[in-house]
Amino acid sequence: MKAILEGSRAVAEAVRLCRPNLCCAYPITPQTHIVEDLSKMVADGRLEAGYVLAESEFGAASIVLGASAVGGRAYTATSSQGLLLMSEVIFNIAGLRLPVVMTCANRAVSAPINIWNDQQDAVSLRDAGWIQLFVEDNQEALDTHIQAFRIAEDLMIPVMVCMDGYVLTHTLEPVDLPEQEEVDRYLPPYDPTYKLDPDDPFTMGAMVGPDAYMETRYHVHMDMMEARSVIAKSADEFEEVFGRHRGGLVDAYEIEDAEVVLVSMGSVLGTMRDAVDGLREEGIKVGILKVRCFRPFPKDAVHDAIKEAQTVGVIEKDISLGLEGTLCSEMRAAFCGEESPEISSFIMGLGGRDITIDEIKKVARDLVANPACRVEFRALRDDLMKGDEA
Amino acid sequence: MTSEEGRVINLMEPGHTGCAGCGQAIGARLVLKAAGKRVIVANATGCLEVFTTAYPRSSWEVPWIHSLFENPAAVASGMEVALKAMGRYDDVKIIAQAGDGGTADIGMGCLSGMFERGHDILYVCYDNEGYMNTGYQRSSLTPLGARTTTSPPGQLSWGNKTRKKNLPFIALAHGVPYVATATVGEPRDLMRKVKKALEIEGPKYLHLLVPCVPGWGYESNLSVELARLAKETYLFPVFEVENGVITKVRRPKERKPVEDYLRPQRRFAHLFKEGGEPHLEELRRIADENALIETGPATLVHPPSP
Repeated sequence: MKAILEGSRAVAEAVRLCRPNLCCAYPITPQTHIVEDLSKMVADGRLEAGYVLAESEFGAASIVLGASAVGGRAYTATSSQGLLLMSEVIFNIAGLRLPVVMTCANRAVSAPINIWNDQQDAVSLRDAGWIQLFVEDNQEALDTHIQAFRIAEDLMIPVMVCMDGYVLTHTLEPVDLPEQEEVDRYLPPYDPTYKLDPDDPFTMGAMVGPDAYMETRYHVHMDMMEARSVIAKSADEFEEVFGRHRGGLVDAYEIEDAEVVLVSMGSVLGTMRDAVDGLREEGIKVGILKVRCFRPFPKDAVHDAIKEAQTVGVIEKDISLGLEGTLCSEMRAAFCGEESPEISSFIMGLGGRDITIDEIKKVARDLVANPACRVEFRALRDDLMKGDEA
Repeated sequence: MTSEEGRVINLMEPGHTGCAGCGQAIGARLVLKAAGKRVIVANATGCLEVFTTAYPRSSWEVPWIHSLFENPAAVASGMEVALKAMGRYDDVKIIAQAGDGGTADIGMGCLSGMFERGHDILYVCYDNEGYMNTGYQRSSLTPLGARTTTSPPGQLSWGNKTRKKNLPFIALAHGVPYVATATVGEPRDLMRKVKKALEIEGPKYLHLLVPCVPGWGYESNLSVELARLAKETYLFPVFEVENGVITKVRRPKERKPVEDYLRPQRRFAHLFKEGGEPHLEELRRIADENALIETGPATLVHPPSP
């Protein structure tokens, strides 16, 4: 069924169709519309799930942890400060191998406080042991949530679906809303091997010392590596049921003959496609690599996609302060020990600043003029750069 | 309860790595014995978690989870709601448990949320009056005057400067329908309270005093005796509150002087040196205030100032 839905509403409908046993959240801008929509669905009887109003994001993450531990399908959503407040539980959920699904409505991190979009929040938790999938538009947000439960429960690894705050969460777009019967066909009921149950008692979350801790981390790591094929397969099987292919690890646009490749994650990719169309008319051989799966990092897919390019510009809304954009670092790591294209880091769009078509075109033209590897903040305001002279 | 081979089964089994005479181990075994097999336990980080689950061994014969230090009340909340949503809740009870630091300090927010939302959970606070797992640091349930490693007596100090935070009152202020205190000095009273609590729908709070051999500094055969003395001196009043009304107070047959309880413990030794008398007097006054609980609910809400 086609409908014109706000991104948050599309996510709430996807979550409803996945039949969660428990939803729990604490309100934070710009995640609020998702959890408001879910609570209204519960109030109207459209969603038969427990709904817990948590006392904090820390509590919300702990509540979904408990629900998942007894064998329930559990969902939460947050942003920015909320995600950071959850962070201790985020690591714990992954270590306990609980397949929770979460939406991160990406937002800048304080200070200075800023409620607008960038991706520093999710990127800062890349090492937590969650699969992190970044979506470009509302249809992809909807489809990815349905895939997320399937991927999480296949692997017993939690999944964070990252969608740009406001740009997607508060924007109306036409989406294809699946039928319940289709989702049921794709996503079987959750029936874990291990759950807390008085009929079959077991101890979960034991104290593990130097004699075995490393092995537990090794197993999670190996399963995360394996997750890449499961994520790709889940997208293929999604297509079999729903008739559209939205998912996988990476996506490419006009990349075959590209000398300059621009790379990014999330909603800015739509703007980048328009920029590339314009640049192609100017005769610049430029293409796009969309990184959809940030954890596990699709090293091979990234490597193969950009290995023929002369120069690569990674446009990203996060920064590892004191180094460069994090995605850029990881792109470089994909060429460990091999000859690599020049890979530059362009920090853009922090704290909700627009990334315009013109700015993207300028990055590509600058890379043609000077392909050398570098780190740059783009489109900074001159009047705030003058320091004491201002 | 016995196994097929006739062995007695403790739902929290011995063979763990707790200290000889550990009050918390006694308490947890009794809580589980009273609760029976149809429970799921959410446990905080702390001594109890560490000494019962050293991988690959576990003392727990019931389904048990440890997530983090500050969240068993929230983990248990999620378990309860999910089990109800899945139709698997009918004959299951849920216990959340933590030490005094996990309850009164770092876990206060999650505990308040669990109370306020009205989850059907028994929360047990094992109060050994300090962060014993990390080496006897002061918590907000450490008593006045006690020496801990972060409230040491010295030229300018007589030990801990504050009184115990009143957790049962805080539970009552949330409208928790069943609030009780108990000690491991009176196992039958403790087990009766666990059983009663688990029959009541809604949040329940049990505050259990559990002496700590190394943290308090006493001989390991004295745990039960000290727990009794805490009650008999009124330094730890033992009572039961149902729907906001005190329904039972465990009165000592003979009220004992506070020194009987304090003197065997090295954490109070400095109070018996020259100049310590005013601090002992302050503890006597606290015991007097605690004894006023006999006069009814009004004093629970507004304890009189000295």
